Amino acid sequence: MALLEVKDLHTSFFTDAGEVKAVNGVSFNLDRGQTLGIVGESGSGKSVTVYSIMQILAPAGKIVSGSVKLDGQELVGAGEKVMRDVRGNKISIIFQDPMTSLNPTYTIGHQLIEAITLHTSRNRQQAWERAVEMLRLVNINDPEKRMKQYPFEFSGGMRQRIMIAMALACEPDILVADEPTTALDVTIQAQILELMQKLQKEMGMAIIMITHDLGVVAQLCDEIVVMYAGSYCERGTAEDIFYNPKHEYTKGLLRSIPTTGSRGQKLQPITGTPIDLLNLPEGCPFAPRCDAAMKICIHKAPENMPVGGIHKASCWMNVKAQMEADLAAAEAAREAERAEAARRATPAGIVDDITREVEAELAAEAKAHAEGGEA
Amino acid sequence: MATSPLSMQVDMDDFLPASEEEKAYMVQMRPSSTFFRDGCRRLFKNKVAFVSMIVIILITLSSIFLPMVWPYSYKTQLGVQPGHPVDPSFNNLAPMEYSTTELAAKERGETVFPHIFGTDDHGRDYFIRIVYGTRISLAVGFFASIIVLVVGMTLGSVAGFMGGRVDMVIMRIVDVIYSLPDMLMVILLASVMRETLGPVLEGTVLQAIGSNIISLFIIFALLYWCSMARLIRGQILSLREQEYVLAAESTGAKAGWIIKTHLIPNCISVIIISTALQIPSAIFTESFLSFLGLGVNAPMPSLGSLASEALNGITSYSYRLVIPAIVISLIVLGLNLFGDGLRDAFDPKLNQ
Amino acid sequence: MAQANETPLVDVRHLKEYFPVNTGFFKTTPLKAVDDVSFQIMRGETLGLVGESGCGKTTVGRTILHLYEPTDGEVVYDGRPIKNKADIDWFRTKSTMVFQDPYSSLNPRMTVSDIIGEPIDVHHLCDNAKDREEKILQLMDRVGLNSEHASRYAHEFSGGQRQRIGIARSLAVDPEFIVCDEPVSALDVSIQAQVINMFDELQDEMGLTYLFIAHDLLVVRHISDRIAVMYLGKMVELADAEEIYDHPLHPYTKSLISAVPIPDPKIARANKRIPLQGDIPSPLNAPSGCPFRTRCPYAQERCAESMPDFKEVTAGHFVACHRTEEINE
Repeated sequence: MALLEVKDLHTSFFTDAGEVKAVNGVSFNLDRGQTLGIVGESGSGKSVTVYSIMQILAPAGKIVSGSVKLDGQELVGAGEKVMRDVRGNKISIIFQDPMTSLNPTYTIGHQLIEAITLHTSRNRQQAWERAVEMLRLVNINDPEKRMKQYPFEFSGGMRQRIMIAMALACEPDILVADEPTTALDVTIQAQILELMQKLQKEMGMAIIMITHDLGVVAQLCDEIVVMYAGSYCERGTAEDIFYNPKHEYTKGLLRSIPTTGSRGQKLQPITGTPIDLLNLPEGCPFAPRCDAAMKICIHKAPENMPVGGIHKASCWMNVKAQMEADLAAAEAAREAERAEAARRATPAGIVDDITREVEAELAAEAKAHAEGGEA
Repeated sequence: MATSPLSMQVDMDDFLPASEEEKAYMVQMRPSSTFFRDGCRRLFKNKVAFVSMIVIILITLSSIFLPMVWPYSYKTQLGVQPGHPVDPSFNNLAPMEYSTTELAAKERGETVFPHIFGTDDHGRDYFIRIVYGTRISLAVGFFASIIVLVVGMTLGSVAGFMGGRVDMVIMRIVDVIYSLPDMLMVILLASVMRETLGPVLEGTVLQAIGSNIISLFIIFALLYWCSMARLIRGQILSLREQEYVLAAESTGAKAGWIIKTHLIPNCISVIIISTALQIPSAIFTESFLSFLGLGVNAPMPSLGSLASEALNGITSYSYRLVIPAIVISLIVLGLNLFGDGLRDAFDPKLNQ
Repeated sequence: MAQANETPLVDVRHLKEYFPVNTGFFKTTPLKAVDDVSFQIMRGETLGLVGESGCGKTTVGRTILHLYEPTDGEVVYDGRPIKNKADIDWFRTKSTMVFQDPYSSLNPRMTVSDIIGEPIDVHHLCDNAKDREEKILQLMDRVGLNSEHASRYAHEFSGGQRQRIGIARSLAVDPEFIVCDEPVSALDVSIQAQVINMFDELQDEMGLTYLFIAHDLLVVRHISDRIAVMYLGKMVELADAEEIYDHPLHPYTKSLISAVPIPDPKIARANKRIPLQGDIPSPLNAPSGCPFRTRCPYAQERCAESMPDFKEVTAGHFVACHRTEEINE
């Protein structure tokens, strides 16, 4: 059984201007020790998906339908008491902005100890020891001294490491990282990503990595979910997504990023602008920007369908490809039949057929005889 | 694969490429809506603010138009008629009560307009005095706020835009004014000005308004601009950091252009909101001063002076204190709630 | 590529920009945001400027445009030193800027046509309203905006469209030189390519010269002819785009390039990163000598003693490191 099973999750925000369908039917599984990347641009619903899982949505946000199972336990509708236990103990989250996720008026030590004592049965002394251990684990030098310092005394990269220490202090099963390196510089980003990989190896937790950076997911993730405008485009292993994308959005995205060889050439952008979430069309939300859009895409949203292994995609192009293959197969079969019929129409063909039938009968008889002999 | 959507019946025409028009049809931009229209929509959705607005409008309109059509005037002593002896039966009438003269007229079949709130001890119709007092209070509140706005905006934007030494001087003045006990200052200034302004105004147009109201305005201009100036300075300082101001600078725009096109339009909503919230506080101060006898000149009524006069007969005519007090409360509460509603609807920081 | 003997369009000479920062009561310390930076940009060229936050790359762009008064050094544009007010006014009709944040760089109370028309109004470029209107529609068309949207407000558009509005505004004075300050980093990946292509097209059509400031090295590499790398207010390396990627000489550049996550699982996982220790020091408290020495795996004593010269190692490849030869054997 998977550690986390999300099935057909729908989340909406009920605002003044109407219902904003932020997540429309996302499903995925996450196993222990695995890293799942959720990729999408702003407004794609990638953060809302995990906020729904943890039920830390803004007041206007509601899970409309779907199921979230953690270790077999249903979380949707489980109640605040269960969720409090889940958050921090089983699922921890680190946010994009390390500047605002720490309280500036308390020392790092105070905040770490508080997080630890809140979720475990450790007393303050043990919690202090655990906090120092965690700081050492995230490569912060001189942790005893650092415990007494305030957040403003740390740089952005160090604060993010402290956030990771805090998130991991209670040994959660799942670490959710919501764009953990977007606010950081590349060299610091590399440090943080390496640290996360190292910690995952040591502690064995699963990671859900939310990001818009394809480079980050390529480096870190085993499995990837691609989202666009709240809908679930594609899911598969990193290799599936990068080398064999089956959704037009993923294909376009991969085409549009500058690569080592693209200098001096035009990039191939996805045309158009992102869709207005308040005004979602009936069909596929990506259709207006899709070069391959078909009539069906305009009025009917594609369902998520398997395209090989765990690889699934919601794109009518796959249906079309499948249908064309079916048609070609049917055409080939008809062709073969026609050839057969044509052959039969000749006397030589009929003789041929009779000979073959007789031979088959004889063979069957011989076989039955042989089996009877054995028995 | 039996349940796979691949096996469902599909129309082959569905899989023809979609035309550009069909795709464009899916992405229609929402109808254009300006900041102002958005704000109004939010304002009207806020029930409390909307009701307050209606109440304020009703009070304002009636204070403007009722005195024009009302058969009585705020200063006519009904018992005093030229060539006749003073008729004391007009004094201190209870609500809806008639004087003996009026009763006699009614006997003769003439229609006599009732005194809804009765009359005061000089025989003046109390309802119209309340209406007129409301008009004075509202006018004082409105103009005082305008004065505060002009002074505060000028000094605040100068401080914010020029920065450096100018900013420091203006802000230190603000600090000094803040550190003075304001009610004491108000009373002191009001009584001094009353003495000094009185003779100066003699014979000018301003005499009609009265030295007390003029001094009230001067007090507002001198003391109450501070918070407005601070607010606007803060706004200007944060707006100056915006990239669009930098963009204007990078195209070579002059200071005047930047103030005119970028800074003012972006603080205007904050200015309007804080002015709307300034009016009730000005009305309150005016009522307070009038209550102390430092407000409007008799016979002109204001809600504060009406309340103050009513104190003399509080045991027998307590409603004369209660009515102006209720009107003051209604106006102040209404304006405050409306101002809050305005802020919720228009403050860009709150609705991002 | 530009000839070596041609006069550069923008010649930045020993540019310094110090900001006074209150560090105590009545005590200010200069924050050396840009410290002695020199480089040249040829006509029609794109110079990429990369570095991490706080390295002074944005300040370089703004100081070149004299949005900040340079503390020292000078900018020579097309052979004319920018010194007094008249020079600056002239310079501002030749150069503009595109900003990073498509949200805060557009005034929320102005319509699209007023935003784009602002430079026209400021410089009185059009005699009458009809010319102005025509020019604005032409600019909107050029950046791919629907002219029906001219009377809408900026907040009604998505990030990519807003950035197009910002670009149209910067084109209104028919500039020769544009400082692009992280123009795509706030945009979604699927929109970035549109905007990058547009910069490319505009350069081809109008012969523009760009100073392209960014922290996304893949983007900079795609668009730039040459790339300059800054660290803590100083320029550490400058070379041809391919050259700097294939043969980075400065240890900081090496690490920076190796840290870029490559969107390809096989390459990304095989990629050997050169990790850097610690964080960027505060520019208020910069290390003596070479600013990079506190994080540099090759630092020696002499690195603490003096700032290495910014010297040309091979043709067109400048680097500021004492140990260039030793570490690149």
